[in-house]
Amino acid sequence: MIDFLTSRGFKIFFALFVAALLITAPFYLRNFGLYLIAMWLVISVAALGLNLTLGYAGQVSMAQGAFVGIGAYVTGLMTLAGVPWPVAFLCSGLLCFVVGWVLGYPALRVQHHYLAFVTLAFSTLVFLLMRNEEWLTKGIYGLTDVPRPILFGWNTGKAFDFYFFVLGVVTLLSLGVWWIIRSPWGRAFVALRENPVRALSLGVDTRRYTLMAFAMGSAIGGFAGALYAPLVQFFEPNSFALPLSLNLLLMVIVGGGGTFFGPFIGAATAVLLPEWLRIAQGYYLIIYAIVVMILMLFCPTGIMGLGDRFISHFRQKRISAERADKAKDMAQQEGK
Amino acid sequence: MAAFIQLFVSGLATGAIYALVAVGFMLLWQTSQTINFAQGEFVMIPAFFVLWAIRFLGIDFWPAVGIGVIVSLIILGFLFKRMIVDPMIKHGVLPMVISTIALSIFLKEMVKDFYSSQAQPFPSLIPSSDINFFGAVISTQNIFILIIASLTVVALNFLLNGTRLGRAMQATAQNPTVARILGIPVERMILYTFLINAALVALASFLISPIYLAKFTNGDVLGLAAFIAAIVGGFNQVRGAIVGGLILGVIENLAAAYISAQYRGAIPLILLIVVILWRPHGLMGRAEERTV
Repeated sequence: MIDFLTSRGFKIFFALFVAALLITAPFYLRNFGLYLIAMWLVISVAALGLNLTLGYAGQVSMAQGAFVGIGAYVTGLMTLAGVPWPVAFLCSGLLCFVVGWVLGYPALRVQHHYLAFVTLAFSTLVFLLMRNEEWLTKGIYGLTDVPRPILFGWNTGKAFDFYFFVLGVVTLLSLGVWWIIRSPWGRAFVALRENPVRALSLGVDTRRYTLMAFAMGSAIGGFAGALYAPLVQFFEPNSFALPLSLNLLLMVIVGGGGTFFGPFIGAATAVLLPEWLRIAQGYYLIIYAIVVMILMLFCPTGIMGLGDRFISHFRQKRISAERADKAKDMAQQEGK
Repeated sequence: MAAFIQLFVSGLATGAIYALVAVGFMLLWQTSQTINFAQGEFVMIPAFFVLWAIRFLGIDFWPAVGIGVIVSLIILGFLFKRMIVDPMIKHGVLPMVISTIALSIFLKEMVKDFYSSQAQPFPSLIPSSDINFFGAVISTQNIFILIIASLTVVALNFLLNGTRLGRAMQATAQNPTVARILGIPVERMILYTFLINAALVALASFLISPIYLAKFTNGDVLGLAAFIAAIVGGFNQVRGAIVGGLILGVIENLAAAYISAQYRGAIPLILLIVVILWRPHGLMGRAEERTV
């Protein structure tokens, strides 16, 4: 059973199953359900980016929410000004890449908690800029009526069309991240996380890779923002304040940092679960907080780690059962 | 000039409260490598313990303050260490950060759902009035805060440097292994720092709540201020955290008046980034070594 669950065939089957669920979602969900799934996908992308910086390269960032904000504002402002969405999308990613690169410089000097605080300060600064620079961002009134893109004559204005649009872009972005992780870049990031000093002495250009980890993670955050803007169509600076950054951090760790699917699971616990657990109402966050504390206590590698542990537990049980059988057989043979 | 003195003194008073919170934050970091992301909520909640005692136990203010202190010591000191820090410590810094972020959400939501989401008036510890000092109007409350905070810092300094217990605590912070070999009950020393932190945040809570009102979101600002104060001053020095807190309070107040009220919150953050890039170990701290 466990062998089957971990086999390649089952994984492919499971992936196809999820893909089928996502593709057929519009046929059994109403608009609000679609909106939620799309939101989950977009937040997952932001978490994917943070996972690259934090989970793979080991650089603590508490500013991912700010990058989603930058991306959303760039796309929102540009599309409101009549620029086609793909151009705005690329600009969002590019700007976040540059800003992320610059934010990476403190990471070269300080690590861990210091880095966490620098990024936290940065995140709050970005929020203040969004709130106070009214000539650009309209301050607390936020951006309204952000248009949904029209691609090659395909108008994604309706929830049904827009859902497929988000699904398509998120799939492409996920494949991109998948490729980065498996490339030499991804390996260098892991080396950076595991032992930076050793990586440096082995000839990995840690300086460049640290900056790159920040820049890439941030750019993906910006792409998420570029999808977020037309999805919600109305947003204001508070959406991107510190709680979003902290939530994204929680999602990555709760899902399982340093695993590809972790961010998707983490984002589901923060976006989808609260809606499904309507009974819990206002108490959801209390329950969520308790569950996170317990999870960190018993399994700091997150839900993905929990799954791995479950599987290896059963595998070991089976192996020891086989061993016991063998011992019994041998004992019987000796007895003869 | 009068306006400047007014701003300076009220900045010092706020800074003194930041300093108390930052000292507690730093003590936890030193003795147990705990970065407490719920420190701001730790300052927010003792005021609600007191309000809760007044409302549901029907007792007077001062006995309620006593209950508030005791409950803080038990929950924010003892239980926080036993239930969250002790089991988490072996997992390293990041899971602990996540866990304390979750704790901060938990405390905030508990207050919001089970007490009130509105700002609550909190009785002042002393009757409030204004005194005139060379034309500057200074509230007695600010003077009171400064006196109490100074006394606390002096007492804490005496405890840490002047007593055997304090020396044992310092030894624990510097090198737990050697401290253990020398026969210091390391575990108990760590527990003491958690209790001291709980007492400090409770004190800060009772000092600041009459000014800012007790509200479940208060911790956001206070926690950030404590981090910044601790880092600006130096993460490994008590006096660093005090200096950091005072600088922060004064700069914040002066910046709001003379530079930009909108960017009041931004000045400390820029200060933080500059200090971290220029002197990562803080203005008064020592550099920490890096090992393979």
